[in-house]
Amino acid sequence: MDTRFNKFGKEPPAVEFEITPMPKPVESTHVPKVTIAGAATVLNPEAVTKIDVRHANFWYSAKQALFDVSLPVREKHVTALIGPSGCGKTTFLRTLNRMNDLIPGTRTEGEAILDGRNIYEKSLDVVALRQRIGMVFQRPTPFPKSIFENVAYGLRVQGTSRKRIQERVEASLRRAALWDEVKDRLKTSALGLSGGQQQRLCIARAIAVNPEVLLMDEPASALDPIATLKIEELIVELAKDYTIVIVTHNMQQAARVSQYTGFFLNGKLIEYAPTVELFEHPRKKETEDYISGRFG
Amino acid sequence: MQQSLPGTRNVARLLRWGNRRLSDTIFRGITILLVLFVVAIVAGVAWILISNSMPAIQKFGFRFLTNQAFDPVHNVFGVGPAIFGTLVTSAFAILFAIPIGVGTAIFLVDFCPRPIQSPLAFIVELLAAVPSVIYGLFGFLVLAPWLQGSAEPWLQKYLGFLPFFQGAFHGLSLFTAGVILVIMVLPLITSVSREVILTTPTTQREALLALGATRWEVIRHAVLPYSRIGITGGVILALGRALGETMAVTMVVGNQASPISPGLFNSGYTLASVIANQFNEATPGLFFSAVIEAGLLVFIITLITNIIARVLIYRMGHRVGGLAT
Amino acid sequence: MSITVEQQQPTANPFQAPRTAHNARRRISNIAIVALSLLATAFAVAVLLFLLLYVLRAGLPYINLDLFTKIPTPNGEPGGGLANSIQGSLILVGLASLFGIPLGLFTGIYLSEFGGRGPIATGVRFLVDVLTGIPTIIFGLFAWIFIVVPQQSFSGLAGGVALGIIMIPIVARTSEVVLRLVPNELREASLALGATESRTILRVVIPSARNGIITGIVLAMARVAGETAPLLMTAFGNPFFNSDITQPMDALPLRIFNFAESPYQAQINQAYAGSLVLIVLILITSFAIRWATGGFKHGGR
Repeated sequence: MDTRFNKFGKEPPAVEFEITPMPKPVESTHVPKVTIAGAATVLNPEAVTKIDVRHANFWYSAKQALFDVSLPVREKHVTALIGPSGCGKTTFLRTLNRMNDLIPGTRTEGEAILDGRNIYEKSLDVVALRQRIGMVFQRPTPFPKSIFENVAYGLRVQGTSRKRIQERVEASLRRAALWDEVKDRLKTSALGLSGGQQQRLCIARAIAVNPEVLLMDEPASALDPIATLKIEELIVELAKDYTIVIVTHNMQQAARVSQYTGFFLNGKLIEYAPTVELFEHPRKKETEDYISGRFG
Repeated sequence: MQQSLPGTRNVARLLRWGNRRLSDTIFRGITILLVLFVVAIVAGVAWILISNSMPAIQKFGFRFLTNQAFDPVHNVFGVGPAIFGTLVTSAFAILFAIPIGVGTAIFLVDFCPRPIQSPLAFIVELLAAVPSVIYGLFGFLVLAPWLQGSAEPWLQKYLGFLPFFQGAFHGLSLFTAGVILVIMVLPLITSVSREVILTTPTTQREALLALGATRWEVIRHAVLPYSRIGITGGVILALGRALGETMAVTMVVGNQASPISPGLFNSGYTLASVIANQFNEATPGLFFSAVIEAGLLVFIITLITNIIARVLIYRMGHRVGGLAT
Repeated sequence: MSITVEQQQPTANPFQAPRTAHNARRRISNIAIVALSLLATAFAVAVLLFLLLYVLRAGLPYINLDLFTKIPTPNGEPGGGLANSIQGSLILVGLASLFGIPLGLFTGIYLSEFGGRGPIATGVRFLVDVLTGIPTIIFGLFAWIFIVVPQQSFSGLAGGVALGIIMIPIVARTSEVVLRLVPNELREASLALGATESRTILRVVIPSARNGIITGIVLAMARVAGETAPLLMTAFGNPFFNSDITQPMDALPLRIFNFAESPYQAQINQAYAGSLVLIVLILITSFAIRWATGGFKHGGR
């Protein structure tokens, strides 16, 4: 009730139109539905669950950030996690390789079963875990070393022999579609690469140790559209050999690269389904609202 | 799928300690050890000074502060004139270094043309990088004779009604020491003041400028009130420096006992110069202990001024760094 | 504060402040302050330039090869040099670095990587800051009592220890600052690859901060190269070559101190020459550091 009008003794005017919030400027189209193409449709229904997350709860000191999240991460598929800012998707991602341990006062409850062991177990050797579950971050983080040394870093940590390092560095750079661009300057500083190249370097660095799972936290958000496209192609290609979990705020991206999608809101997993189903026939209203751009 | 060499898994498990590897524990251990060593050094310095001054403290008590001389013949030791000299020279230095130092800082921040601001600030900081023995050399060979021949007579002629400028002229005097100290603490005050002034929020300045204030008014009403605490901290830091300065002062202050009087042209000595001059004469026992007690006094005085200064500067959210300190 | 808006004359330039007595006073005081502050700065710069030029003029004629190869002649006979002092200084600075760099660097590592903002770290940080304010002669006293008196001999070792203590807070502070500046993401990236904490610090964080750390070390070395007071009662000085650290050792600042007050002009000349060498060394170091860290490019210090 607008009380301004009451001062003049008038009735407030009849509301004649509906006020809707501004739609989120989604990348491509005015059509609220998300178009799905390419990789998303290729799904192997017989896929094994690589990491089985059951009833995960997470606290930053006293504040709870994840509420009873359960989802299966399917082997050799891409699972996308979407949701508005602050919904917990990144927090959840980071629980999978125990990166949240770096923050004092955090607590995790629940289970995430990888090969029969619970990742969230306190006594787990996280250093060994992180050699099996790799991570690529939002912003490219090349070490102040040469390109070669960057990719070799994880291998040296594992004590790989010199000959094998040579082989694996080349293989990873090829896999990351970066080899041709850098093969003549492997010994030069990685900081001289462009943003997109640096991110592909970080991906090469992560896959050099042959992780079983690759976690990606908005890997293309800091890049220009062309570089983004390259990264997305890379992700689809990598999914043939690696299990990938990718957090993204870009729904189109999720639709383009993933086979399964989980939608997070306020720390809860609202819906999890094959990507095609989630985007074309969302079951929950919140999911539908988010996808059609009503918020976020 | 993992590329580990056979057997490394077991070795790795062996080297684990909860979630940390052995290498982490060793590294942390070494780091903490070295830090403890540093803490021990600081504590050790304090303890060694205190314990070795004990004989003198017990013998003289507070009279140490008033006894007039280091007299090994009669076994009476005191730093009265030394304290006097220290206070006088430091006060003199601070008195003149504040306007010059703060003035320089103001110029550098507010009035100086942009391109030469950084080089000019660098030059002023260079003053702090010059070793004090070179200031002493310069003071002894150049400044002292000049002051004795020109400046002191001039001051006595025109300002001789002031008790400071009365008395016989000495080149090696409290006055010369004061002048040298002004130059030595100048860069410290300038750099701290400059840092502090630079952090004045531009919104404050802009608000005043928008009202049509002159640049000086902006400084006076926006910058200085805001920077006052930090500048005071810098001044106290400089005071601490002046109180503890040894070489330059020892070389120009004369190192002779004069009766305590306000005359600046007299020779004198300071606590630091007493230590420098007497340590070699010190016979084990009371003499030795007296020298150490002088050191203890310097330690305590500079410690206190330093703590006060740091607290003030911390309150402005600063860590002072660079060549000047 | 009284900035008043006056009535304007009808034909006055609306962009000019009205010419009242009050405004005239404001203008004058503004100009006065500009002039005074300019004067202050000029004074500081002039003093430095005068000092440098004087030492240059007085010392340059006596810079020759002998200065760097011969030891002082007895009693002011002409000739001779400061070779032993320079050698002694090099040894002492080296010794000090051996002692002060690890202690300072690891303190910086502790404060940046392990301590953070905790109470212990704050205490240590404060202690380190306090250490910078202690007059260096006190460290000389410390080494005197701790090493010289028990050994019953002045020694280069004692001098090195005293100088090393002086280096600790300088290295610690600059190291901490630059280590903190390394972005956290770099640490996370390394840890995410399964590297241990110690490996991350040694292979990623410290190399990232390498330039700043080296700057701090060089700064500290230049600083102690010019220190005299702590050496008076530790290294004590030596008119001959000596590389035995258990014996008294000479140093350039010590020799300058000695010769400055000498009655012999020849020695005074060499004091100037030695001062010139010392100043040039420090100037080069200061410039090199500024240049290496790009300090001339922006308005930073």
